[in-house]
Amino acid sequence: MPTFVYMTSCDGCGLCVDICPSDIMHIDTTYRRAYNIEPNFCWECYSCVKACPQHAIDVRGYAEFAPMGHSVRVLREEEKGTVSWKVKFRDGREKNFVSPIRTTPWGSIKSPSDYPVPSPDALNSQELAHEPEALNIDALPALTPDQLKKGVV
Amino acid sequence: MGLFTSRKTVFVDSDILVIGGGMAGCGATYESRYWGRELKIICVEKANIERSGAVAQGLYAINCYMGMQWDENQPEDHVRYARNDLMGLVREDLGYDIARHVDATVHKFEEWGLPIMKDPETGRYLREGKWQIMIHGESYKPIVAEAARKAATEIYNRIMVTHLLMDKTKPNRVAGAVGFNVRTGDFYVFRGKAVIVAAGGASHIFKPRSTGEGMGRTWYAPWSSASAYALPIQVGAKMTQMENRIVLTRFKDGYGPVGAYFLHLKTYTENAYGNEYESNWYEQTKEIVGDYIDRHPVPTCLRNHAILEEVKAGRGPIRMVTKEAFKDPHLETVGWENFLGMTIGQAVVWASQNIDPKETNPELTTSEPYVMGSHATCSGAWASGPEDYAPDEYQWGYNRMMTVDGLFGAGDTIGGTAHKFSSGSFAEGRIAAKAAVRYITDLGNDEPQIDEEEYENLKKVVYQPLENYKVGRNEIVGGTVSPSYMLPLHGLQRLEKIMDEYVGGISAHYTTNTPLLTRGLELLQMLKEDLVHLGAEDLHQLMRAWELEHRVLASESVTQHTMFREETRWPGYYYRADHPKLDDTDWHCFTLSRYDQESGEWEMEKAPVYHIID
Repeated sequence: MPTFVYMTSCDGCGLCVDICPSDIMHIDTTYRRAYNIEPNFCWECYSCVKACPQHAIDVRGYAEFAPMGHSVRVLREEEKGTVSWKVKFRDGREKNFVSPIRTTPWGSIKSPSDYPVPSPDALNSQELAHEPEALNIDALPALTPDQLKKGVV
Repeated sequence: MGLFTSRKTVFVDSDILVIGGGMAGCGATYESRYWGRELKIICVEKANIERSGAVAQGLYAINCYMGMQWDENQPEDHVRYARNDLMGLVREDLGYDIARHVDATVHKFEEWGLPIMKDPETGRYLREGKWQIMIHGESYKPIVAEAARKAATEIYNRIMVTHLLMDKTKPNRVAGAVGFNVRTGDFYVFRGKAVIVAAGGASHIFKPRSTGEGMGRTWYAPWSSASAYALPIQVGAKMTQMENRIVLTRFKDGYGPVGAYFLHLKTYTENAYGNEYESNWYEQTKEIVGDYIDRHPVPTCLRNHAILEEVKAGRGPIRMVTKEAFKDPHLETVGWENFLGMTIGQAVVWASQNIDPKETNPELTTSEPYVMGSHATCSGAWASGPEDYAPDEYQWGYNRMMTVDGLFGAGDTIGGTAHKFSSGSFAEGRIAAKAAVRYITDLGNDEPQIDEEEYENLKKVVYQPLENYKVGRNEIVGGTVSPSYMLPLHGLQRLEKIMDEYVGGISAHYTTNTPLLTRGLELLQMLKEDLVHLGAEDLHQLMRAWELEHRVLASESVTQHTMFREETRWPGYYYRADHPKLDDTDWHCFTLSRYDQESGEWEMEKAPVYHIID
């Protein structure tokens, strides 16, 4: 099954249940631990793997086309702003990669209400929030209706 | 007493109701707040906006960025590019609109903390191709979600919206939406002065190549369940270009992306015997599409076409030649990180099969078809264009408003605007939201009126699959076979088989004709009738049931449009064998449909293509 959960590592916190875009990570009512209820609706997106504080979730490639013995492990560290990968081939070869994930502190994005209130006239213009400044050009480009012609080009 | 009668109903009033919290929905939520400081802005999401939509697992490139600040491209150039790629048919007014705004959106992403790679020599964004810039986008969605959370009055996660609500006093005006909470089972009635549909396009309407455990590894996310189309279709919004499904050339089984490989790593394809093959099919393709084959870049569908023909001729598989590029350790890292950033499953496939592209040239394949509105395809709702230049026939109200009053759309929802991708979808969400704020400002105190009888009736309909299961389950000893109900997976597999065999899926070599489409519609009709017998064991399966409902309605639309367009406009995406050539005389136009929910009839018409760019 694409994602699976190690029995001895999972503490049933439910963060995987909360994050899964496919709603397929559920808590088993007997064991009080998470498991993948619908492996055939798993995209292998790793959202749950990254979210698990216990590193209890792993992926075994789809049985339909993935031979066994491989692993692709991930460590996402929000404070450090990095994601690290270890790719292990069926024959034992390994590759490691590290990438940045964010350049600013988490939670630092300004709410649109923290900007000055736009004038009522601005609502009728074609400019969106932060334009034209955020375009880094002088003015928002525009066309004129006289350019219209119908038909094959 | 039925199960549904015990369900709590939660009423939520809003000024702007955003349905779907992916890229477009987050853009709409953000922009709504900028212009509507005092407004109640609600975003409703089936999953959790932190990781939802097509960008849930991240992206390694932003595929729509002009670079106007460095005079790299102008919006006109993007219109020409998208028009060429879609064989002449795009809404140029809408495409230009996205292109002129998209750079500002990308600059905000960078300010918010998205790591965008830079060219060390010029200091500009590192180009993957003419339109694409490279990013470290593992957290693209969490960053964008943070911006939306800061803007929204409230985000409602884990609520599946099943239907839109229409105003009871005014014809053709939207008034809100209903849905259910996938965790608590509560029924939600949302009232909104303006509604922005920013839901997902459609995976899993055509049978995928992998049908067992691997069926989830579709190219587009398995949670993209066609709500982008079903919600507007149900209320009679006009749709356009729904026949324009897309087939993707991708790495085999994992559907890992090829863009960075072609554009940045400069890898190329060859047939099984190490030969170039596209020139083998030049004359034959010219017979079908005329001089569209001579355009640059060669349209995506025509490149698919050459692969399909070469494989049919027995010289498959087609391979990507990676061995040369991967000798450079930097390019090798880019090649792997490209997958780890957006299609991890491809790295899993390669690790499992001992495929190291440094030593093996990996196989490519053509995917099952998908219906969506933001990649190299443009299915979706027919929307009003920008006020400052859109032609009269494309303008009946506010920018991105559909043919239903107060109903706006963005991202996969809006038709005719190919190649918007993640950044363009966010930008389109912003465009729609600003127009929606103007709409409700103009409305003044004119409140939408929802109809109690309508939502109470929908409440019964929404929970009916739980009732069906509860009753029918007592009839049988166990297992999945019941004479009284059909499980969501049963219905999904039937849908996929119909679409595959009759509407141009993989097993039919993407080929169909009038008799096949006619039969396909008959079978779809029976499937539609059977949907009242869907059985859901729990709330999760109830979500699957409603995803299926949405997929079936979208599929019917796709089939109707495919029947209506009597030509083969996009060989490599699909073929009308009874009309095997591109026909600019009769079909250089958009196809439009309108569904009548009462009668189940589809009205089809043509709409003109305006070229506003030379």
